[in-house]
Amino acid sequence: MTAAPVTATELLAVMGARALRDNQTVFTGVGAPMLATALAQRLHAPGLTMVVEGGVVGPAWKPGWLPISTNEMRAAYGARMLPGITDLFLMAQRGFLDVGFIGGAQIDQHGNLNTTAIGSYERPAVRLPGSGGANDIISLCGEVIVLTAHEPRRFVPRVDFVTSPGYLSGGDERRRRGLIFGGVARVVTTLGLFGFDPETRRMRLEAVHPGITVAEVRASTPFDLLVADGVGTTDAPTERELAVLRALDPARQFLG
Amino acid sequence: MTITPREFDFRAARARLAAKPKSAGEKLTTLEAALGRVADGDHVALGGCLYSRTPLALMWALLRRRPRGLALSRNLMCYEGEWGMVAGAVHKVVTSWMGIGLPWGLSKVMREYVEKGRVAVEEWSHLGLGLRYRAAAMGVPFLPSLTMLGSDLMDVGGSTTLTCPYTGALLHAVPALFPDVALIHVHRADRFGNAQIDGYPHMDADIARAAATVLMSAEEIVEDDAIRRHPDRTVIPGFAVDALVHVPHGSYPHECYGLYDAEAPHFTEYVAGIQQSGADSVARYLDRYVYGPTTHAEYLALFGDRALADARRRAHEILA
Repeated sequence: MTAAPVTATELLAVMGARALRDNQTVFTGVGAPMLATALAQRLHAPGLTMVVEGGVVGPAWKPGWLPISTNEMRAAYGARMLPGITDLFLMAQRGFLDVGFIGGAQIDQHGNLNTTAIGSYERPAVRLPGSGGANDIISLCGEVIVLTAHEPRRFVPRVDFVTSPGYLSGGDERRRRGLIFGGVARVVTTLGLFGFDPETRRMRLEAVHPGITVAEVRASTPFDLLVADGVGTTDAPTERELAVLRALDPARQFLG
Repeated sequence: MTITPREFDFRAARARLAAKPKSAGEKLTTLEAALGRVADGDHVALGGCLYSRTPLALMWALLRRRPRGLALSRNLMCYEGEWGMVAGAVHKVVTSWMGIGLPWGLSKVMREYVEKGRVAVEEWSHLGLGLRYRAAAMGVPFLPSLTMLGSDLMDVGGSTTLTCPYTGALLHAVPALFPDVALIHVHRADRFGNAQIDGYPHMDADIARAAATVLMSAEEIVEDDAIRRHPDRTVIPGFAVDALVHVPHGSYPHECYGLYDAEAPHFTEYVAGIQQSGADSVARYLDRYVYGPTTHAEYLALFGDRALADARRRAHEILA
């Protein structure tokens, strides 16, 4: 049989889902993160609880009715609890949230994210929308997974503005600046999976997706990327993963 | 540093509350009279979140008064922030994020106003801004938190850190934000302003306690008994409320949980206009939707009864 080609969002959602374990609590967002989380819940993690920024705990989204924003009615469907937004984030500060997802952004070699401004803060060349909850998620969750398309413009040696701190200038700076919990555990892109060197906290390629070479990843990453010894290859999305994922978004509003 | 002592001075804020009548009596009035309580230069905080339960009718009535020099704060700022900029009403927007949502891209109006230095956007993390309102709601000048530590957001407003007196840990001292005015839209209130919200609470209860003046609109004004039967559902006490206006569809074309869905095609049309002619398109939108209609009913009539009925039907479908 011939299968439909896998889109960038589908690849991110499948790889994101595989990074989640059963019985985790996951702070998720719209787009690829919500698809990844809902997919994991339907496959290997039935005991997973989703939490959404607008103030939602444990939704059970209706296929075909996925939310466009994290605080609209669709995001709350089937929820167990609708706390206020401040109280929801305070659950993360308390330590109740194991994993947080952050979507597309400008990211640097130490996992810092910029969604605020290209250029100076006061008079930017490009004013981006801002942190929203990204800063809180990266500061307060047990660990963070970044899901992003691997476009060279998104990968920079050092972001112009640290909206959401990864490891700052590397080493133990994150901890020294007061962020004593969490950190960016991995970056999942359309080319591969990345972690961070435990000493320097520089980004390190751990695996490439099928058909992608290390040289291609290097060519799309405008900073000196570390490459793990014996870099692996991920398994391609399975038919079952794709079928369950596609059933969530039959109109392909998010899958592309 | 862009935070001002007026925003975090808890003693001054307490004195303002001491001087405020905290009546258990009638609060019902008109949009025009309610918004007459906003002065040029005030800090106005908006309830809801993004395009959910936005106090759009109150914002509509505020902009019709052609205010100047306002600071406007909201956790996630939707296009009402663009209205404030283009109307020349706002000199500072305080928020964690501004736009409409993923399908509508970056806010071109915010880009234009910020990149040209015409309006300042003071950015906080979402929880950071939530804790600013929470600290004010608690009557304290700051709250300790881990959020925003190490990030460049610390420098934007002028945040500082403190060392925990018990554990020695480094903490962000998130400064309180006491708004002059809160604009809040709720599902139901009695005529004294005791208010109940369905679905998402967002940050409204904190904002109502934080502000010196609370101006509220409600989808429904209910009998005294309806509130007394379910006092556990009341999230804003009447004594905090200065003015209350009965405005059905008071968030439309944004959503109001359980009652009506957001009008996504209207957002798309609004953004298409901006793609074509930038802020001029918003100026024309304001002429048509804000300055043109003389009553809120006339504003709703621009959308038509069928659109309103359809938005109500969709809300039922979404939650069914």
